[in-house]
Amino acid sequence: MFSYYLELALRSLRRSPGLTALMILTIGFGVAASMTTWSVFRAVSGDPIPWKSSKLFVPQIDMWGPAGKGGNPADPHYGDPPNALDYADAVALMRDHRATLQSALYMISPSVVPQQAGKHPINAGGHAVYSEFFPMVDAPFKYGSGWSAADDARRAEIVVISDKLNNKVFGGGNSVSKTLDIEGRDYRVVGVLGDWHPEPMFYDVSNTGGFYMSGEDVLLPFNTAIAAGMPNEGSTNCNEDPKESGFVGLQHSSCIWISYMAQLDNATAVQHYRNYLDGFARQRYPQWAPNTRLRDLMSWLDYEHVVPSDTRVSLLVALGLLIVCLVNTAGLLLAKFLRRSGEIGVRRALGAPRAAIYAQFLTEAGMIGLAGGVLGLLLTGVGVASVGLVMPKDIASLARLDISLLLTTLTVAVIASLLAALYPTFRASRVQPAWQLKSN
Amino acid sequence: MTLHPILAALRRHKAGVVLIALQIALTLAIVCNAIFIIGSRVQRIQRPTGMDEKNLFMVTQLWVGAPTGDDKASIDKLDAMLRTDVQTLRSLPDVESAIAINSLPLTNSTWSGGIGLKPAQEHATAHAAHYFADEQTIHTLGLRLIAGRDFNAGDVHHMGVRGQNVPPIVIVTKALADKLFPGGNAVGKTIYIDRNTPSTIVGVVARMQVPSVDSWANDFTWNSVLIPTRLDGNFSRYAVRARPGRMDAAMKEARAALFAANPMRVIGDDADSSGVKSFADIRARAYRADLGMAILMGVICLILLAVTGAGIVGLTSFWVGQRHKQIGVRRALGARKIDILRYFQTENLLIAGGGAMLGVVLALGLNLLLMRHFAMARLPIGYVLAGVAAVLALGQGAVFLPARRASNVPPVVATRSV
Repeated sequence: MFSYYLELALRSLRRSPGLTALMILTIGFGVAASMTTWSVFRAVSGDPIPWKSSKLFVPQIDMWGPAGKGGNPADPHYGDPPNALDYADAVALMRDHRATLQSALYMISPSVVPQQAGKHPINAGGHAVYSEFFPMVDAPFKYGSGWSAADDARRAEIVVISDKLNNKVFGGGNSVSKTLDIEGRDYRVVGVLGDWHPEPMFYDVSNTGGFYMSGEDVLLPFNTAIAAGMPNEGSTNCNEDPKESGFVGLQHSSCIWISYMAQLDNATAVQHYRNYLDGFARQRYPQWAPNTRLRDLMSWLDYEHVVPSDTRVSLLVALGLLIVCLVNTAGLLLAKFLRRSGEIGVRRALGAPRAAIYAQFLTEAGMIGLAGGVLGLLLTGVGVASVGLVMPKDIASLARLDISLLLTTLTVAVIASLLAALYPTFRASRVQPAWQLKSN
Repeated sequence: MTLHPILAALRRHKAGVVLIALQIALTLAIVCNAIFIIGSRVQRIQRPTGMDEKNLFMVTQLWVGAPTGDDKASIDKLDAMLRTDVQTLRSLPDVESAIAINSLPLTNSTWSGGIGLKPAQEHATAHAAHYFADEQTIHTLGLRLIAGRDFNAGDVHHMGVRGQNVPPIVIVTKALADKLFPGGNAVGKTIYIDRNTPSTIVGVVARMQVPSVDSWANDFTWNSVLIPTRLDGNFSRYAVRARPGRMDAAMKEARAALFAANPMRVIGDDADSSGVKSFADIRARAYRADLGMAILMGVICLILLAVTGAGIVGLTSFWVGQRHKQIGVRRALGARKIDILRYFQTENLLIAGGGAMLGVVLALGLNLLLMRHFAMARLPIGYVLAGVAAVLALGQGAVFLPARRASNVPPVVATRSV
């Protein structure tokens, strides 16, 4: 029966090629526009570490008190603590060490001097982190590994480098225990990272906004970087000016420039950590009521508005376009189906039940959807490829065509056309056989 | 012509009419808001920074192995290196002038703070971006001094990048001057940049945009203060004005000359983080997202209008086919071709008009939604009216072909049985 309906559908579609082409084009463009914007949205709103994002938490502590309160009182997050830590709090949290794994971290941007003569020094992006950072974020290693807590404590001059930097400076290969000149000091390479570009970049959102074009070139022990006086790159926020000058003055001030992440394995641990944070704040800032937050990773990314509002607006507008395309297709299908009232009347009079009419016309709509989906796939391909021309590079580079996007495109196209066909098919199934036969 | 027969006919195929009207309403709602987004982005992209942007480029570099301490000797050493670089750039044949500066408009690297009118003022009167300038800054950047005087060489001090000297004199932008002293005449008045130290305004420039184009800087886009201080850190930026027409040569010379003067430095050379960038390039990058959004909205509008137009053509053609015989009867009874044409045009005007009315409500609703969740501005009524005119015109345009085909139905059709 299905193959008969397919044949009928093909015949009907061929009878009015203009209308058929119009419907296929409509579905194709509508689906392609929404899928292209969806691919961008999906890339920036995704879970960067799905297997453990529910266990990663970002603590916030109010170190400025009522005087530091800024922003708009109508904002739902008005009165929230700042989105980073000052040096004293970060170090004290590390010392207390209450989570399973935790790391304070800050952004650095030192220069690296290649060993080959005649090569200009290069600028390397990176972070100063604690040893537990690597197991906490599941950073993959190509060679070697991270370092130990003992290395943290004794300020070892060691470094983990990216594969990219490894290729640039050492020409690739296993460079563990080679020496790297960073800002004029020698650091021993203990690990080379594998291919690692979590998107969004989740562990230092306050400095990167979630997108980090250069990627992680060097990771140094936090204490080592502080001891070497390696200043922080990225933003520094002050409620009042530091009392002393220089990087040391910054460490003694209440200015915020340090990100923090902790791994807490279950609800009890989370509750304990919340209580601990409140106690911590009460003890360090007795002048005001403890004001702390502990957000899990996905809420944190949302709170920090990692998804640019432009991306949301584009998706919304593109979905609007898809709805218009649906309404358009519904109108055209209605016209097309009702034009065949005579044919429906004959089929019904010969004994076809309403279900058969539904099957026949939904098959026809499904075929249009499939054809629209295939066109939509091509156009989505063009769309995703040209996203780089219109969107900022850091975001555009995340949008890509993959199997799941292809399947979604086809599914959306078919479902959309079936939806559009529902009402026209209903009307077709209500055609009165007797009336049609009589009037012809 | 009376509307009655049209309305009676429309009542016979309500579903088609409702679908077309709904489609026109949605199209209007989306197109109005999308065009509004395009308009505001284009306006944003075109706003001038206040500088003479032609022939201007920026060099960003990082010293390797430079002193990192905050002691006087280290800072003096860094300052000497900075002055050497500026001298090197100024002596190039294709360079007209060059200065060291902490940031430039549209580069996003912002140094900003509150400005008060009294010492230890609790809440700042205005927020402003700080530019660390010297006596050639206004000339090199092509800013326009509209009151008071420029800095002279004796005004310019230097300090470490995390130092805290506040100079006794500053120059502010007109926007900032107006905000601080609404009564006018800011020259000679005293302001507090660090809450404690007084600084006197000696000059006012017409306009200078802050470095950031992000939304957090929207409140103080034109509030800038020029501070006569050289900032000594392990990295530096230079704004360079090339001689007219010598931009490319000057950019090449600058990189080579700086490396020749001191090879222990980083001047990025990949496309994305180049250490030598023309200001045109900086501008393009800063507004890339806005341009992208405008293009995307434009493409979506085009698709929408095309789909809706094609939908009207399709559905009207169907109606014309359906009423073939009735048209023939009307023609046989004496209706002229123009009457038939008018009939379909009026019918479309009615449907599109109904859709447009609903569309105006939807457009304002969508705008409210965008205002609440995405900090969008209120949609000016002009956009809505233009949108209404556009969809009505679209409807008339789309209906013309099928309507003309209808008007060409010969009266003889009336005599045929089917």
